[in-house]
Amino acid sequence: MFSSTKFNFIIPIISVVLGLVAGAIIMLIFGYNPILGYQALWNGVFDSGFFMSETVNRITPYILTGLAIAFAFRTGLFNIGAEGQVLVGWIASVWVGTAIDAPTILHLPLALLAAGAAGAFWAFIPGILKAKLGVHEVIVSIMMNYVALHLTNYLIRDVMTDNSESTEQVKQTASLTNDFLIGLTGSRLHLGFIVALFMVIVMWVILERTKLGYELKAVGYNQHASNYAGMKVGRNIVISMVISGLFAGLAGAMQGLGSFGTAFTNTAFSNLGFDGIAVALLGGNNPFGVILSASLFGFLKVGALNMSTAGVPNEIIEIVIALIILFVASGFIIRWALLQLKKGERK
Amino acid sequence: MKMRRYAVLLGLLLIVGVVLSACGSGGSSEQGGSDNSFETAMVTDTGGIDDKSFNQSAWEGLTQFGGDNGLKEDAGYSYLQSNSASDYVTNLNRLVQSNTDLIFGIGFKLAEDIGTVADQHKDTHFAIVDSVVDKENVASIVFEEQQGSFLAGVAAAMKSESGKIGFVGGEESELIKKFEAGYVAGAKSVNKDIEVDVQYAGSFGAPDKGKLIASNMYNSGVDVIYHSAGGTGNGVFAQAKDLKNNNPEGNYWVIGVDRDQYEEGQIGDNNVTLTSMLKAVDVAVADVAKQSKDGEFPGGEIVSYGLKDDGINIAETNKDAYTEDIKAAVNEWKQKLVNGDVTAPSTDAELKEYQDSL
Repeated sequence: MFSSTKFNFIIPIISVVLGLVAGAIIMLIFGYNPILGYQALWNGVFDSGFFMSETVNRITPYILTGLAIAFAFRTGLFNIGAEGQVLVGWIASVWVGTAIDAPTILHLPLALLAAGAAGAFWAFIPGILKAKLGVHEVIVSIMMNYVALHLTNYLIRDVMTDNSESTEQVKQTASLTNDFLIGLTGSRLHLGFIVALFMVIVMWVILERTKLGYELKAVGYNQHASNYAGMKVGRNIVISMVISGLFAGLAGAMQGLGSFGTAFTNTAFSNLGFDGIAVALLGGNNPFGVILSASLFGFLKVGALNMSTAGVPNEIIEIVIALIILFVASGFIIRWALLQLKKGERK
Repeated sequence: MKMRRYAVLLGLLLIVGVVLSACGSGGSSEQGGSDNSFETAMVTDTGGIDDKSFNQSAWEGLTQFGGDNGLKEDAGYSYLQSNSASDYVTNLNRLVQSNTDLIFGIGFKLAEDIGTVADQHKDTHFAIVDSVVDKENVASIVFEEQQGSFLAGVAAAMKSESGKIGFVGGEESELIKKFEAGYVAGAKSVNKDIEVDVQYAGSFGAPDKGKLIASNMYNSGVDVIYHSAGGTGNGVFAQAKDLKNNNPEGNYWVIGVDRDQYEEGQIGDNNVTLTSMLKAVDVAVADVAKQSKDGEFPGGEIVSYGLKDDGINIAETNKDAYTEDIKAAVNEWKQKLVNGDVTAPSTDAELKEYQDSL
């Protein structure tokens, strides 16, 4: 028999394979060559060091938003507000990065801290409303996304600049970019991935090795039992939202201090937060699983840009991603099919 | 146990990546640089190649240029589509690495990234549409949208029976301000007392918002709406067509932007597109591509297109709605703008000055 942990691992892998196969079938139906298409996808990433580094840059914020969503999921919350938390984290990091003069050793941590704090604060609001008044966090955090989008646009346009679409570059002392890495590949590869990997460990330690993590998970499993056992349910909900928001805020800092070095007005959401939901789901809400699924997402997103060289529209990858999520979400079907197969073998 | 499995997998993934990349880069260094023919390509902004507007128009220009010069798609001219702001640098670099001679960035959103990439690759020529990037190897293509919008305002004011017209903008920015200011000025030039309802959707890609804004405007008595909102404008068209469908006698007009949006306005036997402010991105793109091919690339210059050189124009496709009266009035003002008797305002301050002078 399959153990439950085995399923947690097998289902995402089968889903990815099925998603890619389904994508190939769709390409065939519309008259594109799937082999050339996927080859272009692969080459789009592994063609040169430049594109590999760009992929790493893309993976970094996905890891963090994936962690944000996964952490909330593990504690029984659905932080759909990660998108807004990314945006406020982004602008907070750029603000500190442009407005303050300090040596790197202070400036960079301060900018990162500001991003984390901004994201945490943005998640604190739905958290406290849920804890005190029982308002569902999904409703509040969706609304907070829009507040974040328009607030950051306003701040960029009217406060940080004089009616311009983008802020100035953050000072070198606050930047995550590193001359050695830039020299290596000529890309924008920055040190953010170290932050992201560190946060993976932070999440794992909190959840698996601390009393706080145990309580947070307990509240997620059963609020009433936890309450009965003497845990402060409300406090735990708020803490868990705040930690989740902190991860998302840092994802914003990866963009603000790393990839772009600036904040700009957005007409639509960056989708980092929303994609984080899929990353968390595919990663089985496990911090290490999130690294793998974020890598897959980054790979697909960057590789897709090259697919038009094979004459395949890059939107096909959006379909593949959606299908992968669909297969993961309907994992029970895969589980059932596998069990039927096993049964068949035994007869 | 679980941990170890993840670690092993991660390790494998890394190894595969490194090995394959080694193979990959070995291969790519052999290609490229072998031919001396001209190659050009464009990077879209997030609107996509089929936005029925700006990006599409640029691509049509590039296709035209390719056809005229016997180039093949994907060999002589091509495009890369961007799905998010993170994609711009990746796409620009992809084109640089495949030895493209001239790379177009379509839209002001690419300005900063074009600047960065142009600094890193001084041998490649770049062109940016709708923005100015001051680099030796970048040509900046800009349009005098305020002139065309001025004429759109004249047409709207002539057409309006209610004395109320509307403007729907995408994102508030310097660029869209040019459209707004020109439009208001044109309308007020014809009818000093006309009311202009100006609203911004905050996005170029939100047709639902465009539809809502249009619905409110038409309800409040507005009968002509000029949109400068990319995909959001499709919602304005949708609302006008809905209303027209229910009430074919009603006055629900839309003025299109960038391309001739006549087809967008067709509903049964009626058409709600009064006219369109034509911004010949295609002409400009083909023009700059040609200059570059001929070795006269306008690097470091600002190439401006306006009414004078047909870079900006006004569509006359809808013969039923765009009557001879309107045509005559528009042509009269067009002449004044071309001669320099009138200058279309492009900012709030200039607009105020213009209105005070009326």
